[in-house]
Amino acid sequence: MNQERFEQLHQAQWQQLEQWLEARRDKKRKADNDETTAAFPHLYRQVCHHLALARERHYSNHLVERLNKLALEGHTQLYRSRTGILMNIVRFVLVGFPVLVRRESRVFWLAALLFYGPLVAMWFTVQQWPDVAYSVMSAPQTRQYEQMYSPDRKVLGRERQADSNFYMFGVYIWNNIGIGFRTFATGLLFGLGSLFLLIFNGVVIGTVAGHLTHLGYISTFYSFVVGHSAFELTAIVISGAAGLKLGLALIRPGRRSRLRALREAAAISVRLIFGVILFLVIAAFIEAFWSSTTAFAPQVKYFVGGLLWLTVISYLLLMGRGRET
Amino acid sequence: MLDTVRDIETPEGVELGLRAAGLPVRAMAWIIDFLIRFGIDVALVVALTPLGRFGVGLMFIAVFLNEWFYNVLFEVLRDGATPGKRSMGIKVVHDDGTPIGWSASLVRNLLRVADFLPTCYAFGIVTMLLHRDFKRLGDIAGGTLVVYADSLSAPPALPEVRPEPAPLALSGTEQHALVRFAERANTLTPERAEELADILEPLTGTRGETGIRRVLQYANYLIGRR
Repeated sequence: MNQERFEQLHQAQWQQLEQWLEARRDKKRKADNDETTAAFPHLYRQVCHHLALARERHYSNHLVERLNKLALEGHTQLYRSRTGILMNIVRFVLVGFPVLVRRESRVFWLAALLFYGPLVAMWFTVQQWPDVAYSVMSAPQTRQYEQMYSPDRKVLGRERQADSNFYMFGVYIWNNIGIGFRTFATGLLFGLGSLFLLIFNGVVIGTVAGHLTHLGYISTFYSFVVGHSAFELTAIVISGAAGLKLGLALIRPGRRSRLRALREAAAISVRLIFGVILFLVIAAFIEAFWSSTTAFAPQVKYFVGGLLWLTVISYLLLMGRGRET
Repeated sequence: MLDTVRDIETPEGVELGLRAAGLPVRAMAWIIDFLIRFGIDVALVVALTPLGRFGVGLMFIAVFLNEWFYNVLFEVLRDGATPGKRSMGIKVVHDDGTPIGWSASLVRNLLRVADFLPTCYAFGIVTMLLHRDFKRLGDIAGGTLVVYADSLSAPPALPEVRPEPAPLALSGTEQHALVRFAERANTLTPERAEELADILEPLTGTRGETGIRRVLQYANYLIGRR
């Protein structure tokens, strides 16, 4: 069949599909009730067929390009994933995330070790040899921390006024989630970035906590951090785990190619990051609006903090059990 | 063939061609986006700082969202294109040509951090130059591809002359070559057209302008004009 005849025969179908796709793009027009919608899969497969024919018969380039574009747009419409995003989020929070963390427990524990190991080690080191603190932090930094948690302060944490809780909330969001993202993303460099950031943060936090403990600022410091630490530290460990997973996919791809292993690992890691975002937003909220308050006795704050730790642990350990599939 | 067209195969068994976008055009798009993002940051600081501590808190959140999610939101909600990409005529799609979703977009944009290292997107640029589809690290991990968002050009006018069959039976590729020549005939300089048509002297039996005319006649016949 020659080209002009071919075009004459099928022109009507192509135009129908073109118009329908046009209407789909222009979302204000309701294309959904159109009867073309019902015929769309058929039209699309026809165009695919025509494209194959046009290529095989060496019809002109322009025709092949036009059919290629038409088939591409049809492909886009037919195979785009359509799922209710809200339902997905709820399902992810209730089931998906804790199940995922348990499934990735190996990298989780590895990241936890890399973070809490240096933290605990530094804490004890500073108890034994207090001067070590100054080789981790500069003297002005140390003084700043001492001022923040000094027992004669009215408010805990960074200096603030009554209306500034929201201000600190913004700072925590901006700073902490940024740290979480970087801990994840630098894992792409064979895991080295995540490794470094986990250990680094573990060392710094362990040193600060150890130093303040050594000075005896116990109730001010611990009653401040106990609340949000459950969400914040766990989130940092999980973002490190997600980063390590990327790195491990490159180091030990198993029986897959490295690229394939990386793509598959990234698809899982990014779901961990969704959970990290959730955790860090909660942590920032607690840190800004609860941790800083001195309206309650330290005992109350320890109790609430303990409850929050219990919540996080049992959430990750128990939620979604039996619904893993 | 050495070109930038990436073929994806659909379940229907046909191959669709996507043209991958290279470093210069993507760098331009990035610069435009950078300026827009910077402008938004400045606007946020100017607008929210006067509102006191509350405003500054809001500013931190807004700047955070702008810096980390600007690309993600535009890519997912605006058909794969940030304003910069749109103005350069490119967009992001999944490797299989489908529109980019939240996961892939978040992966490719968070991993910008790794692409940026050690500085100025050095890792990303090197990876792009080494990759046949110009992917940076984030694209590789996310399974995404930056392609030209084609708009179809006007159909080439095949100069109309009296159709005439070729004296020999031509193979498929030969027919294709003749038709493509005829489509491009108007855009070629007369000298170049002659030069090309002269190659076909064994077929047309003449050279020069009559040679061109002969080839056009065959092409007209081949596309079905009578």
